[in-house]
Amino acid sequence: MQIKSGTCMPVWTSAATSEPGRVSILPLRRALKPAVFLTSLVPFGLLIVDFVFDRLGAEPIEEITHRTGTWGLTFLVITLAVTPVRRLTGWNAVIRLRRMLGLFAFFYVSLHFLTYIVLDQFFAFSFILEDVAERPYIMVGFASFLLLIPLAVTSTKGMIRRLGRRWTQLHRAIYLAAAGGVIHFLWQVKADTRRPTIYGLVLVTLLAARLVNVSKSHGR
Amino acid sequence: MLIRRPPDIETSEITDEKLYWNRREFIRSATGVVAGLATPSVLAACGEPRRAEAAERRAARDDELTPYEDVTSYNNFYEFGTDKRDPSRYAGSLRIRPWTVTVEGEVHKPGVWDIDDVLKLSPLEERVYRLRCVEAWSMVIPWQGFSLSEFIKRVEPTSHARFVAFYTLHDPEQMPGQRRRILDWPYVEGLRLDEAMHPLTLLTFGLYGRTLPNQNGAPIRLVIPWKYGFKSIKSIVRVRFLREQPVNTWQAEAAREYGFYANVNPNVDHPRWSQARERRIGEFRKRPTLMFNGYADQVGHMYAGMDLRRNF
Repeated sequence: MQIKSGTCMPVWTSAATSEPGRVSILPLRRALKPAVFLTSLVPFGLLIVDFVFDRLGAEPIEEITHRTGTWGLTFLVITLAVTPVRRLTGWNAVIRLRRMLGLFAFFYVSLHFLTYIVLDQFFAFSFILEDVAERPYIMVGFASFLLLIPLAVTSTKGMIRRLGRRWTQLHRAIYLAAAGGVIHFLWQVKADTRRPTIYGLVLVTLLAARLVNVSKSHGR
Repeated sequence: MLIRRPPDIETSEITDEKLYWNRREFIRSATGVVAGLATPSVLAACGEPRRAEAAERRAARDDELTPYEDVTSYNNFYEFGTDKRDPSRYAGSLRIRPWTVTVEGEVHKPGVWDIDDVLKLSPLEERVYRLRCVEAWSMVIPWQGFSLSEFIKRVEPTSHARFVAFYTLHDPEQMPGQRRRILDWPYVEGLRLDEAMHPLTLLTFGLYGRTLPNQNGAPIRLVIPWKYGFKSIKSIVRVRFLREQPVNTWQAEAAREYGFYANVNPNVDHPRWSQARERRIGEFRKRPTLMFNGYADQVGHMYAGMDLRRNF
């Protein structure tokens, strides 16, 4: 079975795809998801290990903030890369990883947010409100985090079914959240903009790939 | 060796050398002292004046020395990379001898000084200073050096000299961070002449009783404790006396965010973050930032009548 363009065919249907003629690779397919799951936990595991062994440096809170933020943005970008990778390679099984990767993005972004609220500010809400209201980079980061919440909430099969077409529309907001993440990063650094710029370029490329595909399928 | 100390630092605050080489031991003993002082029963036993005195002592105790390991592994020194750990990793390529400091501009005695001749100018003193970074973290560091004024007097500024500019070494071979134009190299900092002559402004050669580690600005740097850390320029090779106010590197990079004065001021926020509080390295909760980093009594008069919101 050939999956058509994501804009007209809901991608999650591929999760049920299994062809009688390709039974031999089934064990490998089954292992893919748990393997990616465990790999995605590695940055979190390293954070715990480094914390326990006091290897987070002189300013552990800053280190935790930076690591969780970086991984949140990285997983957002990886999630957005799933569909282009599938189109480019024809490897349809990869689509089954998308929801999980997206939820890992939410996991790391949530840790990043909680690190700020609990470890960095220690619930000093007057300072937190001032930050959110007056510091553009925090405002953008906070908005992007808020934007991810409905996406995580509607990631269940039941929600996908219930929302139908609107689910696809809603979940396009991940581009906005990722762009917000890049801007948050860019506005936070002092002089060295290399890393946020790289994230920005990758994101623009992924978005371009998507737009090219949309215009193609509309032309058909 | 003559050891003089600034008035706000008690002798008792300077940690025994044996203690500060062992971080865990140091932290354990330090927390023991703090906990002992903060015990409510002790405070309750004191009368009013005594309580005030105890509170004062506790404020002083709050300035426990930042462990040597943290002072030397968490650095902003973009000449060796922009990550805080880069300087301690890569500063080994800096050659600190031979080293000369060129003095020029509005002085009667311009010339090239060998670092070892500068060192001999005056006895080294130990000064325990708070260091407040513009990024809202802080440390307490025992430095060795002498007042910059001792040096300035020898080179005899002319009557036209109103400002002093300092330049860091520019050599991408020794300073790999300079291979990319992250900042407009060489790093430049400046002071008004009265700020440069202020006794707290320290020409610094060592910390924790040792020669400055390369990542901390070897072999010669400034420490200006009432200003944000970026003013305390490292690895100085050139001192220029000027009639006009120079443009310092960070001001050139982002004039809206970094000014010429850069005095620590909890009431004037950086456009991107609050300066009202700071995290002392090694502590969990943030603490309020003090005006002029707690040195208002010594330096406040130099800025009397100035609009500190404009001259940030």
